Amino acid sequence: MSQTNLGTYAQNTWCPGCGNFAILNAIKMVLGELNAEGVPLENIVLVSGIGCHAKIVDYLNVNSFYSIHGRAVPAAEGIKLANPDVKVIGFAGDGDAYGEGIEHLVFAAKRNIDITMIIHNNRVYGLTTGQYTPTSPLSFRGRSTPQGTVEGPINPLEIMLASGATYLARGTSHGIELLKKIFKEAILHKGFSLVDVLQVCVTYFNMYEYYDKRVYELKDHDSRDYYQALNKIREWDYDKDAPIALGTFYEKETPTFEDRFFLKKRQGTIDKDLKIKELLKNQFR
Amino acid sequence: MDEFSILIGGKAGFGIDKAGMVIGRLLNQLGYRIYIYRDYPSLIRGGHTFSIIRASKSRIAVHQEKVDLILALNQETLDLHKSRLKKNCFFIFDSEQVKVGAEYTCGLGLALGKFLKEETAPEIMRNTCIIGALAKAIGLSFDVLEDVLKKEFTKDIDLNIKVAQRGFKESKELIKIEPFKQESLPLLTGNQAIAFGLIKGGLDVYVSYPMTPTSPILHFLAEIADDFSLDVIHPESEISVILMALGFSYMGKKVAVGTSGGGFCLMTEGLSLAGMAELPIVIILGQRPGPSTGLPTYSAQTELHFALHAGQGEFVRFIVAPGDTEEAYFWSAQAMNMSWKYQIPSIILSDKNMGEGVFNFDINSIPEVHEETPSLWDRKSPYKRYLITKNGVSSLASVPDKEAIIKVNSYEHDEYGITTEDSKLTILMQDKRMSKEKYLEEELEKFETVKVYGDRDASVSLLCWGSNKGVCVELAERLGIKVIQPLVLWPFPTRQFQRALSGVKKLVCVESNATGQLTRLMKILGFNVDEQILKYDGRPFSFDELEAGTRGILK
Repeated sequence: MSQTNLGTYAQNTWCPGCGNFAILNAIKMVLGELNAEGVPLENIVLVSGIGCHAKIVDYLNVNSFYSIHGRAVPAAEGIKLANPDVKVIGFAGDGDAYGEGIEHLVFAAKRNIDITMIIHNNRVYGLTTGQYTPTSPLSFRGRSTPQGTVEGPINPLEIMLASGATYLARGTSHGIELLKKIFKEAILHKGFSLVDVLQVCVTYFNMYEYYDKRVYELKDHDSRDYYQALNKIREWDYDKDAPIALGTFYEKETPTFEDRFFLKKRQGTIDKDLKIKELLKNQFR
Repeated sequence: MDEFSILIGGKAGFGIDKAGMVIGRLLNQLGYRIYIYRDYPSLIRGGHTFSIIRASKSRIAVHQEKVDLILALNQETLDLHKSRLKKNCFFIFDSEQVKVGAEYTCGLGLALGKFLKEETAPEIMRNTCIIGALAKAIGLSFDVLEDVLKKEFTKDIDLNIKVAQRGFKESKELIKIEPFKQESLPLLTGNQAIAFGLIKGGLDVYVSYPMTPTSPILHFLAEIADDFSLDVIHPESEISVILMALGFSYMGKKVAVGTSGGGFCLMTEGLSLAGMAELPIVIILGQRPGPSTGLPTYSAQTELHFALHAGQGEFVRFIVAPGDTEEAYFWSAQAMNMSWKYQIPSIILSDKNMGEGVFNFDINSIPEVHEETPSLWDRKSPYKRYLITKNGVSSLASVPDKEAIIKVNSYEHDEYGITTEDSKLTILMQDKRMSKEKYLEEELEKFETVKVYGDRDASVSLLCWGSNKGVCVELAERLGIKVIQPLVLWPFPTRQFQRALSGVKKLVCVESNATGQLTRLMKILGFNVDEQILKYDGRPFSFDELEAGTRGILK
């Protein structure tokens, strides 16, 4: 596997100015760093859902599972459980992970399974040409809601915190240094980690200016403190005007699903035929 | 007696199912072949539950309407089933619970509640007490029962034996059942046979969300997971089940999932993903009556066309419908092999009668079956996950591999697995995937995919699939007609089927559905079905019922 060039021959089809470029560049740098620090690239599997975000796996010359809309999380979980030594990084959109497949996020967080989910949260459906998503603000005018939505957004980080996620962070597509930092932290974190990236869709919901005016990086924040994390997560509800905190909200060390699941010792070679015959003789007569 | 049947009934929560198993094992010990039909409602307590335990000197897989003996733990059992009795007096009942009408001056009434109180045993042990009484009634010595109880009960074993002894003591001989000199065979459910077959085929991981009638596979595999080093996982939904399973499959783990129609609905997008991404997976689809929730704890054969067509787009699949425990074992193992050899989804069509019915199992009668090694990358040229080959199968590499980048994709993709919308490539890749069907079909020719029973030269033949095999075979032997049972339903074994049809002038299709799904498939394939016998009340055909139906047609 080439360790210097992580790109592929796939033609990039994101719009000029798309926030996804920042995520792609940040993750490339992080994968390069991790590799330099001793994580073999072949031990990394990328998973994506469906949407503009998902093209990222075509652009990275790394093992990947390009799955279906809303279902990146369970595919990532299966991959992780098949080989806990593998680092699994999932990419999903906000329509994808917070809409169609939100139950999988809740359960992955509940299990504290050691995978990383990076959410390309542009708060609009791009690939289906501009409809509201679970994180679009109230009154959002999209092609399915020309008069404006009559439902407000969810706060995904609050849901994730309540579900048991053990690493939560937020970044924006104007801020690649921070993205690099939190991506790496999330990947190295042992347990379920999620990074919500306020990734701007220049075509359908250009929020660059809005975010630039409101974002700030968390300082003097104790990310080990659940209630501080909760307060900071609630500061901006993805709807009303408020300062928007970036950085690591929460981190906690606690046993992962696979720590507990694989507790039982693996047996050596098993003579299956013999075992089946024994069971048939002893338990089924 | 060459054969006899016992019915035990009561309310859900009385331990009827357990009692049925104990009686089955008891008679199995005597050298008889056993079939148990289990009828229970979709609730935890209350409602009428019964089991019919049929014992015969030869193999059987169907119950009969009439029974020789009824064990009634409540009034309902006697009221609902007394018309089944071959002879009026042969029933044992709890005299504290059951009022016997004037027409019954006989029967053996036992004050089970009183006995239990005296033995300081809980009320739930009425089932064990009445089994004790049964053992005496059929002329057994107590130690035969004691052996069975010791195997069947893991807790309170001494008390159970004591309670059974009391029932035995209070009882009297009604019919003498002589032991039959024949080695006993293991007695298991179709679900258990499927589970063993999956293991034989190399199962590493089983993922499932509970749903009748396949949850017992989940329970059984979870119970024996350590013995076979299996990972057994129960995630949040069937959608998660199949996606998780495909994650495992991508990593080279041999994986199966189990569900029923409703769960399979949720799995269809994952099934289609397996088709496009060429990820091997085995799906056990236990059928039950629908539409929707339908009759959750009863049986049907309603998902044949659903299985044939589920999932968007066109892709190759393997569908098999075993009709007994040996076929369930063999074909579950083969389904694993076919999935991995051709990197396709396999569907094992079962149903409640097949899955939860209790049958004998003769592992020595099953043709050799081995876990086969899938086509693996030879490392000679750069790895391409979707390399175009003659038979459509691209060799597998597995993560982590220093020299291989393994990309799977739900989009149309090129040989490396990178998304494409190119028109030529689209055709090439679709042809690559579809070309596997021809090779799969050829491979299946090696196996007996269409079975024939009864009088092979008869001009009248029953046509059946799945769990109706047992009743059709026994009936055909009685009536001197033929039975044709296609085991593989897709790719349909046309050549073997044509051979099986030779000499048949009248083909009667027997199915547990309202629309004749196999008949419809026959029509699509250009075969003619003359008559149909359909049943769709959720219950299995009894022998008598199918006999009457068939005789009606033959007249």
